[in-house]
Amino acid sequence: MDKIDAVIVGGGLAGLSAAYKLADAGKQVILLERGDAPGSKNVTGGRIYVDPIREYLPEIINEAPFERHVVKEMITILDDDSSMQLEYGNNKWRKEPYMSYTILRARFDNWFSEKLMEKGVFVIPKKKVDDLLWEDGRIAGIKAGGEEIGAHIVIAADGALSFMAEKAGIRKPLEPQNYALAIKEIYKLDENTIEERFGLEPGEGAANLFAGSITKGMFGGGFLYTNRDTLSLGLVVGIDALIRQETPLEAYRLMEEFSARPEIKRWIRGAEQKEYSAHIISEGGIHGMPKVYTGGMLLAGDAAGFALNLGLTVRGMEFAVASGVLAAETANEALDKGDTSEAFLSIYEKKLKESFVLPDMETFRHSKEVLENKRLFTVYPKFLCELLDVLFTIGKGPKEPLYKSAMTVAKRYVLNWDGFKDIMSMRKM
Amino acid sequence: MKVEEKIALDAIKNDKESHITLDQTICGKCKERMCVTVCPGHLYSLNKETGDMVVEYAGCLECGTCKIACIYKAITWEYPGGEFGVQYRYG
Repeated sequence: MDKIDAVIVGGGLAGLSAAYKLADAGKQVILLERGDAPGSKNVTGGRIYVDPIREYLPEIINEAPFERHVVKEMITILDDDSSMQLEYGNNKWRKEPYMSYTILRARFDNWFSEKLMEKGVFVIPKKKVDDLLWEDGRIAGIKAGGEEIGAHIVIAADGALSFMAEKAGIRKPLEPQNYALAIKEIYKLDENTIEERFGLEPGEGAANLFAGSITKGMFGGGFLYTNRDTLSLGLVVGIDALIRQETPLEAYRLMEEFSARPEIKRWIRGAEQKEYSAHIISEGGIHGMPKVYTGGMLLAGDAAGFALNLGLTVRGMEFAVASGVLAAETANEALDKGDTSEAFLSIYEKKLKESFVLPDMETFRHSKEVLENKRLFTVYPKFLCELLDVLFTIGKGPKEPLYKSAMTVAKRYVLNWDGFKDIMSMRKM
Repeated sequence: MKVEEKIALDAIKNDKESHITLDQTICGKCKERMCVTVCPGHLYSLNKETGDMVVEYAGCLECGTCKIACIYKAITWEYPGGEFGVQYRYG
């Protein structure tokens, strides 16, 4: 069979980054994307932290059509009828190089794919890859819509559901405890209104995370990001938690209740909803990862399970870019040596260990078990809200000393054996 | 806005055939109906007359959550063919 150097399955960040680097190295690359254009099947929260990946793709990061650079971090803790909001800003985030940007993937990925085409990569949209080709027990290309494309190496960057990894027999079964569902709504609002409403200068952005009763005690939380002239509003909830509810509340209703909260309505007032999307997020951390290489194939990005939820920061796109670039480096060396065996491709894992990807996944290997603690979504938000309530409320009759009131609330919720255990558990992260 | 109206905002090109198939012999015995709980598009429902589980594949957002949530493995779920399915304009 005639073979090209590399076939890349999936035009998300991992696939695009891999194709870009392989083209740089002078290799023949075809990238297949099942959507109308790269980005059209992708959903992000989203914000991207660029410091970890700047050195991997400097030209792309420097020119990319990001939305706004984030200068303001907000956290909203919600009980059923009350909430508290914390805002943290730092002037260093207002200076270039910026640390993170909000991003919309349809625009970004499509722009990125145009850069690839300028480098001579064949980007083929509307092409769903159906199966893998095998030769001597090794992956040797792909099948798409009745056509076969032989390749010396396949890079599977086909997302969190990775059918390619499944067909290659290297992915673990998709289990509810390793994934969360994210639902997202896009609201159109003009640039000036966004800046005025969030207290931002032109070009600046804000990120707001929400936690507490909005997920009814389930693992998860909400997010709100300011884009150039839209807002990204979303809710993430663990699939395992959703299906274990005693009285099931449907996911779409959770989203409806969330967006109806006054803490949300204040931001989206007067804005027109433009899109409704959903995606899964890998939450399994290093425990949920498949084997990331096999003879003739490498996995990158979400397909490899590279994602990390640390509560206040949720990361996936940086891992996608870095793993895509490292997969390309591995593929390039394998092609030069004429050896795409599993043994040779194991250098991919070594490269991942020398980068930030696997060390971060390793450092935070316990983050899931820490964050899965139901008390984080129930007891602590209640504690914070009630504490503020007793401090702010003036009622009939004489007021108790503040310290006494505060201690009563603290003892009720956190100054107890469970609270002590939570603190011990936090040390794992 | 109702969830049906939200999905109507999306650009979706539907194939004639569904990319989701259900094994009714399993669905018939299922009490939990995880698919109904998790689907962000509210696309799963039980047909009270026939007792069959029904999925409105035409509004699928392609998240794959139902495939993961159905621990009885009654759902065969594939991506729609190239050219079909949801096309996110923002993402």
